[in-house]
Amino acid sequence: MTDLTQKTAHVPPAVTLGNTLPWILSIAFLAIAPQIFSSNSAITIMNQMGITIVFALAYNMLLGQGGMLSFGHAVYMGVGGFACVHIMNMETFFSYLPLPFLPIFGGVVGMLLAVIVGSFSTRRAGTVFAMISLGVGELIAACSVIIVVFFGGEEGISGDRTYGMPFFGIEFLQHIEVYYLTAFWLLLSAFLMFMFSRTPVGRMANAVRDNPERAEFLGYSSRWVRFYSFVASGFFCGIAGGLFAINYEILTEENLNLATSGGILLMTFLGGAGFFFGPVIGAVVFILLQTVLGLQTDLWALYVGALFLATVMFFPGGFAGLLMMHVTPIRLGKMHVLYVPYLKTFIPGILAVLGICSVIEIVFHARHAPLGDEDMTIFWTTFNSHSIVAWIVAIAIAVIGVWLTKKAAPGLVEAWHEANTPDKGASA
Amino acid sequence: MDLVLVNLIDGLVTGLLLFMLSAGLTLIFSMMGVLNFAHASFYMLGAYFAYQISVYLGFWVGLLLAPPLVGVLGALVERYGLRRVHQYGHVPELIFTFGLALMIEELVQFIWGRNAVNYVSPEILNFTAFSIAGNAIPAYKVFMIFISLGIFIALLYVLTKTRVGMIIQAALSYPRTVEALGHNVPLIFMGVFGVGTALAGVAGVIAGPVLSTFPGMAIVLGSIVFVTIVIGGLGSLGGALVASLLIGWLTTFAKAYNIRMEDILTGVGFSKPEPIWDSMWQDLWTITSPQIADILPYLLMVLILVFRPYGLFGKRDA
Amino acid sequence: MHYTARCGLGAAMALFLGTTAAFADNVKIAFIDPLSGAFAATGTNGLNQFEFAAQTLVNDKGGVLDGDMFEIVAFDNKVSPKESLIQLQVAIDQGIHYVVQGNSSGVANALTEAIDKHNRRNPENQVLFLNYSAVDPALTNEKCNFWHFRFDANADMKMDTLTDAIAADPNIKKVYIIGQDYSFGKAVSAAANQMLAEKRPDIEVVGDELHPIGKVKDFTPYARKIQSSGADAVITGNWGADMFGLGKSILDNGFTGPIYTYYAAADGMTAAFGETGDGHIRLVSEGASNPPPTPEAAAYIEAFKTKYPDGNVSQSRITNTIEMLAAAINEAGTATDVVKVANALEGMEHKNMWGGTVYMRPEDHQGIQDLHVFVHTNDGITYDYDNSGYGMLTETTVQNAGMDSPTTCDMKRP
Repeated sequence: MTDLTQKTAHVPPAVTLGNTLPWILSIAFLAIAPQIFSSNSAITIMNQMGITIVFALAYNMLLGQGGMLSFGHAVYMGVGGFACVHIMNMETFFSYLPLPFLPIFGGVVGMLLAVIVGSFSTRRAGTVFAMISLGVGELIAACSVIIVVFFGGEEGISGDRTYGMPFFGIEFLQHIEVYYLTAFWLLLSAFLMFMFSRTPVGRMANAVRDNPERAEFLGYSSRWVRFYSFVASGFFCGIAGGLFAINYEILTEENLNLATSGGILLMTFLGGAGFFFGPVIGAVVFILLQTVLGLQTDLWALYVGALFLATVMFFPGGFAGLLMMHVTPIRLGKMHVLYVPYLKTFIPGILAVLGICSVIEIVFHARHAPLGDEDMTIFWTTFNSHSIVAWIVAIAIAVIGVWLTKKAAPGLVEAWHEANTPDKGASA
Repeated sequence: MDLVLVNLIDGLVTGLLLFMLSAGLTLIFSMMGVLNFAHASFYMLGAYFAYQISVYLGFWVGLLLAPPLVGVLGALVERYGLRRVHQYGHVPELIFTFGLALMIEELVQFIWGRNAVNYVSPEILNFTAFSIAGNAIPAYKVFMIFISLGIFIALLYVLTKTRVGMIIQAALSYPRTVEALGHNVPLIFMGVFGVGTALAGVAGVIAGPVLSTFPGMAIVLGSIVFVTIVIGGLGSLGGALVASLLIGWLTTFAKAYNIRMEDILTGVGFSKPEPIWDSMWQDLWTITSPQIADILPYLLMVLILVFRPYGLFGKRDA
Repeated sequence: MHYTARCGLGAAMALFLGTTAAFADNVKIAFIDPLSGAFAATGTNGLNQFEFAAQTLVNDKGGVLDGDMFEIVAFDNKVSPKESLIQLQVAIDQGIHYVVQGNSSGVANALTEAIDKHNRRNPENQVLFLNYSAVDPALTNEKCNFWHFRFDANADMKMDTLTDAIAADPNIKKVYIIGQDYSFGKAVSAAANQMLAEKRPDIEVVGDELHPIGKVKDFTPYARKIQSSGADAVITGNWGADMFGLGKSILDNGFTGPIYTYYAAADGMTAAFGETGDGHIRLVSEGASNPPPTPEAAAYIEAFKTKYPDGNVSQSRITNTIEMLAAAINEAGTATDVVKVANALEGMEHKNMWGGTVYMRPEDHQGIQDLHVFVHTNDGITYDYDNSGYGMLTETTVQNAGMDSPTTCDMKRP
């Protein structure tokens, strides 16, 4: 299990600018973000993003790095969070516990649950693992309304974070204080998870994902490798649960159910399961879509669903995959070849998408708006959704957009090939 | 005793309905190795299509037209969606069908709205076939039983006695060899996917009027269908039948009889803590079987996967 | 759609620019309820009723104070406690001081605690929670706080009215109680058992059980059990698909007695029950519409139906919420100092268009009003639900229901 000496031959230096720069930038960004987005609601949403990123990264320890598809992962975060609220409610104990240490307890509880479930679920990978995770997820979610003592029924259990021991005089009354706590745990957990992916176990998880048989021949038990990944993932899910408990001070059945489990799968895949930072992008984009788009339109779930399907079908690497596709052109110094074709394709492409969305919104409004209320507003334009003009304009924008995109697409493909081919004479 | 008979019939109806869904799902799985998460969504589409047709042309035309429509739609999804994703591997395939399920639900809400639609059984079947001890068995339920049995027999016949069935069975085990013999395996895949989804469509058409046609109907049934084929053994049609009936009867009887945990625990020799509301174990003591009836199949599935990962009748690993 | 899109824009701006300025001349009311997902129909209908009530009952009459208008700002909480708390924060950032919510006691519970904490932690920017539909008794008992006001009768008061009706029916000897397995279902069962034992000790409870919430595909086995138990009446607190599934299974199985419910009307349910439920489905609620209690109520319903032909005036308490808030703001002389407004609301007696009065009990902030038991029928219906021809006809009325009901509320005033 520890015999990895053959690898040490070409280990790169541990600390370089290349691998520390992203971390330094992240720290700097997290530190100044509340200055830019200073309203309480922006901070609430950033807190939510932080928690979700921890959860998504933990989920990706299984999906991306271990190739294990879990359909019931919300329970590890949820149970960790429930445990933290229970600790908040233990008055004497909690009054001696500084709040920033609370997520550790969530992590430990999440890990314990993962040890129990993992002991039988990780024996097999693939469909069996996915189905066990679905079954266990459903069972625990259903138990949440039956076992009232621990889960508090459908209204959940709640606590008060401010009863903890003040931490250097901070009582965590304000959102901004909670933000820095969340940001700290986000960085710490992300760093630890990154380091985990660099340990022998983390490396072996990749090997087991790609070819379990070969890994077995090399003398590794693929079952135990899966088990360790699963337990580690459970720990960080529990941390996310603890952060949730601190932020919202309430946990409910919602934190355990299949919709939450499905959501985390969705955003991890959307961001790109194949890259460490993929889930980060996925979580940020998904929450922005959910809150901002959700405020704009009732049909947000339809658009997110369409985006998700398109990602699975055309860019299985997710957003991170799309970004990383550009590494070769940048290395070759040929990004400039792509600029014009990109503009030529994406401007009409965006136009087409907006046009199609407008058509959908108009149809929806025309069918569901109250009688007499025929005015609708999209893209800062107010018009009558029942008038033929609006329909024609929206359809025309969509058709023209699609047509222009189609026309420009071959040029983009050509430019893409060009950008990915080294110039003659130059060696790649 | 009379009630037992009534519950047997009810369980049979539930079980056979489940079988129509799981039969298609397990066929698709054994052929293409993909668990179709959107299978129950095709069931929902069947109900909605039939409702829309029944508004204009009546129930019977809907029963005739909706399943082929769903089947064609399924085949198109296979041809233009799944086949594309297939190259990336099984996990993206599973995720694709997961996304498809979400998408179909949103589309159904977009087209037919969020409330239940008024899809009803035909006038001609609106009578009580017979009653047992004051419990009415509607003629429609009898009709459902016959339709499901008819489909099961037809499926069995096609798979075991016809040339197409032979090719499908061969393609199940040795797709490469079948392809080498000159058969168009991708076409067979598409056909099987279409037929599987059409079967789900039939289930939707006949279940819609009884279980009510609303956008959540796919989710309510979705995961239980998986549970069925996992318990029965992935890829085994017989296993799917046994598991469907097992789940149908298990849930029906758990709901019909109030088996209390209290009785079991005292029977085993524990004594009930008093007062119960201060006890740590209050929730365990107050559990009754109707309370947990619908989660029993999940428990069964987890147990089966732990002790017999290939299911009751499965021959190979999932 | 129109409204959501417009307010959404405002919310997004607030998000990214951090604007906290409110328009001084508008009293904004945050409506936090589901507008997408499975419960969107109920939420949207509630939103329509709030917008219509604010327009016709306040704005068209000149607004509050010196002509300030009510503005309903919609927030979609997707019936999720977590989303509700996020939307609450967005609403507070927009300078909103009034929050209305009703769907799901779980959400109401999360909101009332969050608002209590927020008001303690941010005394300069406080918020009132006007609960128009979440009926969990705990909200005005052990979980009560100064900022929460309930305009709907709570589950126990409704059960009191239902059991009065049951006790008055000599044909009922056996009752079956069935509900969803969560706090509300359990509260209904406990209240029914206790009250029936007091009012009619001769009535036998032949069944009392809970089923998983939102998970039951087929209610037939339950219906069989109810039939075999020989019950004369059924009591259930079910709502949504669980209500419809249960009711339909029971009636299809040949049950002929009454089914006493909390939520078996409107939002598609009345249309779906149609002829099957005729004379069987009973429902307890405030605000009768058949026969229309006053000419104002009739005019109000007609105006609403003209604007929203597919909608229903199913929650008359919404008009009480809006009218009483307007009265309280006028009495307090301010819309921003919510402590004054809350003090004005406490103990307020409001004569409404539904032919009764609403008294906001100061001890626990529970609205006391007339409750009625309705029957689902198509005979004698002036205003139907779901355009189905069927509606709810008033059968019995209890005036000021639960006026002297006990409360364990220990109200802490600022």
